[in-house]
Amino acid sequence: MPKKVSEMEEGFVMTTPRSSMQTKTGSWRAFKPVIDYSKCISCAICWSYCPEPAIFLKDGKYTVDYEYCKGCGICAAECPVKAITMVRESD
Amino acid sequence: MKTILLSGNTALSYAVKQLDVDVISAYPITPQTTMVEKLSEYVANGELNAEFIPVESEHSALSSVLAASAAGARVFTSTSSQGLLLMHEIMFITAGLRLPVVMGIADRAVSAPINIWNDHSDIMAQRDTGWISFFAESAQESYDRTIQAYRIAEDENVHLPVNLNFDGFILTHTYEPVTPIEDELVLKYAPKKRRKLVLDPNNPMTFGGLGSPEYYFEAKYQAIKALENSLKTIIGADKEYAKISGRGYGLYNAYMTEDSDTILVSLGSIGGSIREIVRRMRRNGSKVGSLSLKLFRPFPAKELAEVLSKTKSIVVLDKASSPGAIGGPLFLEIQATLKSFDLNVPVIDIIAGLGGREIGPDDIRLMFNRGLKVASEKKVDRLLDYVGVYL
Repeated sequence: MPKKVSEMEEGFVMTTPRSSMQTKTGSWRAFKPVIDYSKCISCAICWSYCPEPAIFLKDGKYTVDYEYCKGCGICAAECPVKAITMVRESD
Repeated sequence: MKTILLSGNTALSYAVKQLDVDVISAYPITPQTTMVEKLSEYVANGELNAEFIPVESEHSALSSVLAASAAGARVFTSTSSQGLLLMHEIMFITAGLRLPVVMGIADRAVSAPINIWNDHSDIMAQRDTGWISFFAESAQESYDRTIQAYRIAEDENVHLPVNLNFDGFILTHTYEPVTPIEDELVLKYAPKKRRKLVLDPNNPMTFGGLGSPEYYFEAKYQAIKALENSLKTIIGADKEYAKISGRGYGLYNAYMTEDSDTILVSLGSIGGSIREIVRRMRRNGSKVGSLSLKLFRPFPAKELAEVLSKTKSIVVLDKASSPGAIGGPLFLEIQATLKSFDLNVPVIDIIAGLGGREIGPDDIRLMFNRGLKVASEKKVDRLLDYVGVYL
């Protein structure tokens, strides 16, 4: 949510640590990575390449956190078994 | 205090020492070098208890003092010409982060061709970076304004960087009698203030975070308004300084402007020479006047409009160019001021003194005569002209 000038700290200083978590960058995404678990070998390459990082190990499966994934497509490009497809976000 | 002999450069260094600055970072460049030399000497011999950070470039010099300022230190840097251009990027950041950095600028021409002499091309290329910009006419004024600069920059209603312009060689290297004020008085007038927002490991916060489209405009607006609103503090700081030192400078020096037919508007050290020509021309009955501007940002348009409303024509002397524009940077401000305050006074621009080309008495007379001609004919033939260039 935008802040009014009067609500903003001087010089746009952020006084709350970890405030970057508040910016849900998932809304920037045009293409969404979708993992096909029938092909996934859990090699963790997508996890290690994700620059955000927005891929986590959850219940033994590598899972995309769509609240923060910007849709850069690096995971899909690096996946050695082509288990990740970039799917256009619907309007 | 006793009067001593100081150059413009060493006058600034002397003030910085008295102000008990905590962190200095600078890279030497002609004609600013002797200022940095003196400061490193003060630190080395223990006269000033400060951290002197030697760096490999001006970009790093300003970045270092910016960071030290964010951590709450009182800081100083200085540069000139190409060095100032290298600081350009960090100048925007300093103002955007609202850090009270003070910088001395030995104004010098900008390459190409490479040239180490005075004009105002370097600072005019920084005019939109959001800093407060002063211009001085003497070593004494450079000294006095440095002390004022810290009081203004660190004022809680301002929190903005300040640059102090003094003409390369003409002021930086000329030794003049300077009367400093007592050390204790300096710190009483400009005490170090602890800001609410500082970098501190025990209370972490982020300086320079991403301002996405949802936030950027408001943050920028805040810094723009801070610069506009600083005028009140600037005027107040000068009045207070006059009380303790007997010396105040105001926003401008207006000399014989009240009943004038023409006024020559200038910035920096040339003001004194112009006033001398005013005296000589007045003796021969020419009604000329001088307006030497002391503050360029925030531009004191309302205050200047009052002075300019009392004359019949105006000549602006620009020691910098804005290639492709209808006139030099100062001219554009003056013309906008006249228009904004509904003043129908004809104005012309003269660009002179580029790259250290001397502006002599005859050049100044010629500028005044152009103004007198405009005043009597009530029309402008040539909006922009160049004086002192061999065509």
